[in-house]
Amino acid sequence: MKMLRFGSLTGPLLGALWTFVLAVTVAVAMSFATGEAFRPSLLWSLLFGGLTGFVLVGRGHMRVVVAALCIVYFAVLSLGIGPVLTGNVSLVARLAAALFLGVGIGWPMVRFVEDLPMGTLTRHEFEGAVIMALKGFGYIFFTAIVVIPFYVMVMTSLKNQSQLMQNPLDFSIDLSQGWGLFRSYTELMTEFNFGSYMWTSFYISVLTVLITLAFAIPGAYAVARLRFRGQVAFSRSILLIYMVPMIVLALPIYIGFSMMGLRNSITGIVMIYPVTTIPVALYMLQGYFRGLPAEIEEAGLMDGLSRLQVIWKITLPLSLPALASVSLYVFMIAWNEFLLAFMLLDDPSKFTLTRGIASLNSSEIPRQHLMAGSVIATVPIMALFLGLERFMTKGLTAGSVKG
Amino acid sequence: MSDIGPPRGAGPLARTEARLAWGLLAPTITAVSLVVILPLLAIFWISVKPVSLSDLRAPEAIVREDLRGKPSVAGDEATLRYRLRNSSPKSEITGVTLTDSWPVGLSIVGDLDPRCTVSDAMLRCDLGDWEGGFRDTLTIPVVTEQAFFDQATDVETSPVEVDGKASFVLTNGDFTFKNFVSVFDGGEFWSVLGVTLFYTIFGTLGAMIMGLFASLLLNHSFRGQGILRGLYLFPYVAPVIAVAFAWILLFDPFSGSANALLIQMGVTEGAINFFGERPLALIMVTLFEIWRYFPLSFLFILARMQSIPTDMYEAADMDGASPFQQFWYLSMPQLLGILSVLFLLRFIWTFNKFDDIFLLTGGNAGTRVLTVNVYEQAFAVSNIGAGAAVAVVIFACLLLFSVFFFKVISKEEGL
Repeated sequence: MKMLRFGSLTGPLLGALWTFVLAVTVAVAMSFATGEAFRPSLLWSLLFGGLTGFVLVGRGHMRVVVAALCIVYFAVLSLGIGPVLTGNVSLVARLAAALFLGVGIGWPMVRFVEDLPMGTLTRHEFEGAVIMALKGFGYIFFTAIVVIPFYVMVMTSLKNQSQLMQNPLDFSIDLSQGWGLFRSYTELMTEFNFGSYMWTSFYISVLTVLITLAFAIPGAYAVARLRFRGQVAFSRSILLIYMVPMIVLALPIYIGFSMMGLRNSITGIVMIYPVTTIPVALYMLQGYFRGLPAEIEEAGLMDGLSRLQVIWKITLPLSLPALASVSLYVFMIAWNEFLLAFMLLDDPSKFTLTRGIASLNSSEIPRQHLMAGSVIATVPIMALFLGLERFMTKGLTAGSVKG
Repeated sequence: MSDIGPPRGAGPLARTEARLAWGLLAPTITAVSLVVILPLLAIFWISVKPVSLSDLRAPEAIVREDLRGKPSVAGDEATLRYRLRNSSPKSEITGVTLTDSWPVGLSIVGDLDPRCTVSDAMLRCDLGDWEGGFRDTLTIPVVTEQAFFDQATDVETSPVEVDGKASFVLTNGDFTFKNFVSVFDGGEFWSVLGVTLFYTIFGTLGAMIMGLFASLLLNHSFRGQGILRGLYLFPYVAPVIAVAFAWILLFDPFSGSANALLIQMGVTEGAINFFGERPLALIMVTLFEIWRYFPLSFLFILARMQSIPTDMYEAADMDGASPFQQFWYLSMPQLLGILSVLFLLRFIWTFNKFDDIFLLTGGNAGTRVLTVNVYEQAFAVSNIGAGAAVAVVIFACLLLFSVFFFKVISKEEGL
């Protein structure tokens, strides 16, 4: 490591690696956006990046650097050499790629190496630069792996089978068809009954939340506040119970429901979902209840409220944020639940959304329908999640030991 | 004077409190034992029963009654017919009896079937034992009288009662260890266990390492931090079925974008069948697991990191510790507790995971884990007993893990 700690070495090295990362990013992004051929080149990246890194060490003219790099990359893209190789692509695509490369390489590179001297680096300076580069790579990497599957999902739902077979990379959409773009969605809604699946999923989830809270609030309060023998054993067994895999329970539940005639009924589903979520909800809520000051409740007791009144009038109003987190989390579990719905529901008129999507997975149904169904299932939960992110994050950290 | 001292045992207040506590817990305990404890006991019971999917319905004696011959005036002859059937193709029903009210305005012609008698306007038949798949027809020739048409008797409306003793495989006394023998027989079980361990260990470790990196990225505030944090949670929040199908399409061997991209970039020559080739499919489902669950570790670790006081880092900075040294010697020891709890929890949950692999490969191409094996045995091979036996094995493993888990968690969280 010590041998690398010279500005004249660190700069080109970071430049070369960063340029290659950006070249791959640009090539992937441009391919996905336009469907045209973009290819990163390792050798050219190392050459260009090394040079860029060497030139930039100790210099900080951000705008000049970015502008210069943009022009250089546009020129080399047009010549067919450089870190990203293309065939005969349109001018707009070339401009976009050059801009992307110029800003994407220039701006971070100046930040990485502007404070480095040409000569020997201290350990601090060296690691600072490396960490900045690693972080930059991290942002690109994580964003890419998260975004690409969702991007593919949304874009596939807007295309048709023959377009997809022709060029699987071409996700550009033809805006001129107007509403025709959404025909997979309208077909799902009209022919495949997805409107009713959505409604079923929605009210099953809401019922699950309500039933779960009705069971979990008193239980959590008892575990958190009241003293009784077996308290510790009880809170442990809650944790233990939500470690029991669903598939182990699903088998006897399937048999029992078959014999009782509850299979294939919404009632059966509504009976079973809350029980899978009660332990989580109880665990999350008791943690929160423990954190509330007991003095307020004791004051209530002194003033003549009964325990139940204390829960209703003091504890619950104080724990509204926790209730929101728990509700959201339970709603998410119920909305996303697949295994039980898949095993217990056979009648298309009673499908939940996840079961409905599973029924689209056949070779006769075009795959843009499958993706449109996935989007329909994903968008509401995402919207809810982004709208209430604060609660959701809290809820997830509090109880998401569950998978 | 001898009774002075602190009160011993539970006082009346403590007893009231305990009673209230149990009262508040009662609904939860009931519900959980009905849906968790009872099925768990059932799985142990089923695992020693020779039961397959088709045995799930108890065999039933089925009778259909109709009047043949379309009588139109009094004096017409007709045939009262009972079609008899055993609903189960295999199981026997013993001592079947049939009881029906004798229709008004019909009288018997000739000899009544020797198995039957008519008295007090009731038909009673003793039909003996029916083996599996038994079918028979009982016919009684009759002649109609005027009363039959006056009252517009419809023979099919009066209910026929049949009674018989069936031995139902889930409740009878047959026990077998064949299920367990078939589970452990051959090399299959050990390869399934190996796949499960690979998937669980690498899935858990991978998700934790990725989560650690992601939380290092977001552990300082900058513009857009909230958006990125929300974005990085997407894989976990989205329905598993949606993201699993998105992955399948993305990595499709014929028309998947990933293959097209790799070929275009010159990484491979031909298309790769990501979810269909033997070692690759297992790696892919493990990657999917990592991708889907890194957000969880990320959230946990980030929450812990943000609670580490910053002055420690300032002091370290003054003493000349480099950023990597700060991470390794300051952050890591602080995170070790949450990491170990997280590892155990995620290990157990990954071990229990069913949906992901079931949706991605259906357990084919060397990706069959124990949980998928339960489903395969019970529903694909229709051997419910063998499925239950696998479930028992899973449960045993789980108990083993939770012993470790509680040892660690009581140290870390004081639970």
